[in-house]
Amino acid sequence: MSKSKTVFIGANKSFWDRNRRSEGYLLRREAKRICVSVIRGLLMFGMCFMIIQPMLMRFSTGFMVEKDLYDSTVVLLPREVTWDNYKIVFDLTNFPKSMLNTLWTSLLVSVLQVAACTFVSYGFARYDFPLKKLWFGCVVMLIVVPPTTIQTSLYMNFAAFDIFGIFKALTGKAVNLRTSITPYVLMSLTCMGLKNGLYIYMLRQYFKGVPKSLEEAAFVDGCGTLHTFTKIMLPDAMPTIASCFLFSFVWQWTDLFYTRNFLSTYTIYSVELSSIVSRMSRYFSADANVAVVVPAGRQQQLISIGVLICCIPLIILYCFTQKTFVKSLAMTGSKE
Amino acid sequence: MKKERVLHEHWYDGFLDTFKIYIPGNSTYHTMRARNARTGTWFILPFIIGFIFFMGKPMIESFIMSFNNVVLVPGQGYEQTPVGLSNFKHALLADPEYNKFLVEEIGQMAINTIATLVLSFVVAVILNQNFKGRLACRAIFFLPVILSSGVLPGIEHQNEFYDMMAGLAQSVEESGGVDISASLQELLAVSGVGAGVFDVVFTMIDSIYDIVMASGIQIIVFLSGLQAISPSLYEAADVEGCSAWESFWKITFPMVSPLLLVNCIYTIIDFFMKNDNKVMELIYQVTYQDMKFGISAAMSWIYFGIALVFIGVSSFIIRKAVKSYE
Repeated sequence: MSKSKTVFIGANKSFWDRNRRSEGYLLRREAKRICVSVIRGLLMFGMCFMIIQPMLMRFSTGFMVEKDLYDSTVVLLPREVTWDNYKIVFDLTNFPKSMLNTLWTSLLVSVLQVAACTFVSYGFARYDFPLKKLWFGCVVMLIVVPPTTIQTSLYMNFAAFDIFGIFKALTGKAVNLRTSITPYVLMSLTCMGLKNGLYIYMLRQYFKGVPKSLEEAAFVDGCGTLHTFTKIMLPDAMPTIASCFLFSFVWQWTDLFYTRNFLSTYTIYSVELSSIVSRMSRYFSADANVAVVVPAGRQQQLISIGVLICCIPLIILYCFTQKTFVKSLAMTGSKE
Repeated sequence: MKKERVLHEHWYDGFLDTFKIYIPGNSTYHTMRARNARTGTWFILPFIIGFIFFMGKPMIESFIMSFNNVVLVPGQGYEQTPVGLSNFKHALLADPEYNKFLVEEIGQMAINTIATLVLSFVVAVILNQNFKGRLACRAIFFLPVILSSGVLPGIEHQNEFYDMMAGLAQSVEESGGVDISASLQELLAVSGVGAGVFDVVFTMIDSIYDIVMASGIQIIVFLSGLQAISPSLYEAADVEGCSAWESFWKITFPMVSPLLLVNCIYTIIDFFMKNDNKVMELIYQVTYQDMKFGISAAMSWIYFGIALVFIGVSSFIIRKAVKSYE
């Protein structure tokens, strides 16, 4: 059998010939295409450069000797590479300890949050129960209310924790929960953590898009509710859940608000980073009680390194998961 | 046949009917509907508990607190003495910084929200097209989600020398280097066309880095909306002789415009809860360093109220605008 080849009429003619035949349309189209792609390329390059440039700057200044910072002939590349700055920042932020603490707290909290949110969002997406609208209004409220509004009374609540006075009756006084991770674990288990309303909303949107006939078939075949949820709904929802987990992990990693409020007894990297300037002045003075003024350039350099250290694990994580992440978000189709 | 009418003797009868599904002895207890309702309630039970204890209760408490003078008593919690509206008065009239910060942040928010929406929409449209290096671009544009979260955005600006350095850099630029946006601004100011509008535009241009950093999630949301549009729509439009420009306004924009609302609300909330937000910092300081719980509660309620008004107004406007496209 001979392959039939598609041959366009006039394919053997030159571009200008064809252009003349189309009365200039071909040229106009080509010009438009090139114009658009040049503008698009410039725009994209500019914006990408703007996003990446500060990171690269931080990276290169991180290796500079202090003298180089004030040398105006040294702009982009360090004259001599040094690791001393990193050592100083490690000391300032209690590096291995604070990072490990951040790692396990973020992991624990985000796993719990996402698990709870998945559960709740499935309930919202599939079942009809009394006061459903009210409770969903509460989810929206959870998204909208800034946590500052309730921080004072949450602080009080956990400083003297009690459920209907039970602890008071048993031990004589309320329990102070502010010294442990317990309050935050409790809050994560009940979907009250950082931006959890958003995860519920996203997951509900996903579950709503799954055809109902899947569950009906499972029901007819004698599959129980929990079984349907774990064996049929969850495997398909994995990409969306994973992206929620990523959001949750990243935001928890860098979060300052909840960390300062609930995890104040642990050395968490984000808190250490936020107070790095005041530590610096004590670190560089010989006497522990006298604070010295650290030059602004030096301060900036050390802060940059701190930020970089905070970002690097997240960026590595993001590079590995980027593909699933983007794909699943496209599938969520978070329309109203 | 006579139409059946449900007679409610008391106002709560309707509620009772709904809740009968939870009561075992009831005739409707074994229906499919009742069973589904019970399973659903089990599913969202964690949320209900959490909301009541960690959101509802603190919210009511902090609302009450904002009308009281609160003093911490070690070992027993706190004591309240009602003071009426004086906390609010103190926050708005007596506090030297709160008012100023509030106005500054709101002005900034209004500009930033519009700019973020426009920018994220444009970027999403571009990222949705086919070109070389699209994947790399997408990866880079989602970096702001990481880079603008939590401590990171505020940290570099928090030291007092930063302002000095920025001032220095600016003066160097003015004396020697060419600042394009400033010279353009001068040119336009001299020509005297709509100075107010240009001011806003130039503020946007100057803070473009912040805007790009704030639009990570919005780009993702728009992109997901764009990818949900079926290509056959564009095909049909193309066959009918629709230009790319027309099909953008007639297909892309109306299909994505419902997401404008979601994004707008998200942007406003995100801006209000940002860490480098001066008002948030002030509230934190009043709470934990000055230990004035009543005043900080009043401050955050005012702040929340303003956020709510903004969300309400913008969602009203967008609803109206979007409706005309549907």
